[in-house]
Amino acid sequence: MSAALTPLASEEFQAPGLGLFDWPPLVEGQAWFNKPALLALIGVVVVVIFAYSAFSRPKLVPKGMQNVGEIAYEFVREQIAKPNLGKDSDRWMPLLVSMFLYVLVVNLFGSLIFVQFPVMSRIGFAAILSIGVWVLVMYLGIKHQGPIGFFKNVMFPPGLPTWIYFLVAPIELISTFFLRHITHAVRLFATMMAGHLIIALFSEVGWHFLFVQLTPLGAPIGVLGFIMTILLTAFELFIQALQAYVFALLAAMFINDALHPAH
Amino acid sequence: MNLLAAEEATNPLLPHVSEMVVGGVSFLIVLFFVGRLLVPRIQKTLAERVDAIEGGLKRAADAQEEAQQALKQYRDQLAEARHEASRLREEAREQGAQIKAELREEAQAEARRLIEAAHLQIEADRQQAFTQLRSEIGRLSTDLAGRIVGESLEDEARQRRTVDRFLEELESTSNAAVR
Repeated sequence: MSAALTPLASEEFQAPGLGLFDWPPLVEGQAWFNKPALLALIGVVVVVIFAYSAFSRPKLVPKGMQNVGEIAYEFVREQIAKPNLGKDSDRWMPLLVSMFLYVLVVNLFGSLIFVQFPVMSRIGFAAILSIGVWVLVMYLGIKHQGPIGFFKNVMFPPGLPTWIYFLVAPIELISTFFLRHITHAVRLFATMMAGHLIIALFSEVGWHFLFVQLTPLGAPIGVLGFIMTILLTAFELFIQALQAYVFALLAAMFINDALHPAH
Repeated sequence: MNLLAAEEATNPLLPHVSEMVVGGVSFLIVLFFVGRLLVPRIQKTLAERVDAIEGGLKRAADAQEEAQQALKQYRDQLAEARHEASRLREEAREQGAQIKAELREEAQAEARRLIEAAHLQIEADRQQAFTQLRSEIGRLSTDLAGRIVGESLEDEARQRRTVDRFLEELESTSNAAVR
């Protein structure tokens, strides 16, 4: 918000830019400790408290928070784990639940008033998660398919005419081992960043044309910006939840590919 | 806010090491508390719940099955018992009838034997009485005849003949009287 509010002094409208994503340290001398880092840590606390209140003393007949937690757990199991991992689901549920809840909470910070910053719009937070998934997938693939078998199964899927392997092998190699893991992170980062940028833009429009420079011509634009901010915030809530789902879903899919040779 | 300056400051596509460290540590903490400690608990509970429900259903089905089995068994036993009872009753009736017949037979035999014995006894008594009577009457008659005639019948043989003739006469009259 601080970035969005600076144009108060200026008469010219300036669209908010990438500066929205630069945060000074909150404590002098601790460069790492800025708003995104603080939010990431708060996200940990929120997720852990939620999970603790729901799952610490689970009852056969659920009550209160356990109901909410079970909805989340069953959503992850039925929508994310089961379609991809099948009977391996239960083994990977701890990872997938943690990932889904954590990404969901830090995404929703983007729509939470006074917080209003999606942590994953800083690529580092998204990247480290997908790097973790990449390391896990490499380990699992080599463990379950053997160091040669893992690459062979990916690069030479059976049942294709021989000449096509010249095309398929390098594409599959790059795509499976690198590109899809990079897009895994970039997808989350980019949607969060773009969403934050668009909401910032429209709220800046509303603020500038209705409060900073109220003119008969500018007022309708300001109202439009105001309305769009509200609509896009609703849309953004949906995107934030969807991206958390997609991120965990892809992680489950990659894990399954590593466990069982696909194609 | 200077857009150009901001862009120079950071390239949004380049991850900062500090962010990756904070993000990684954050996620590891979540993974430890949520994934390691808490999710297994709810998994255990959910498994127990499934178990409780399925176990309950299965137990109910088993109990039903068992009840059916027991009912069938009881019915079989009951039918068998009824059959056995009727068989026993039949047997008892037969035995009873047989015993009754035997007893009747025996009683009749006994009765016949008694009657026979009584007849024999009666006959013997009659015979004895008759013999006794005959000698008595003979003696009395000779006595009487002697006295009436006033002469003693010296000759034994004649005397006997006379008596016999008299007795025969007497017997035929008495026989006629009996008939």
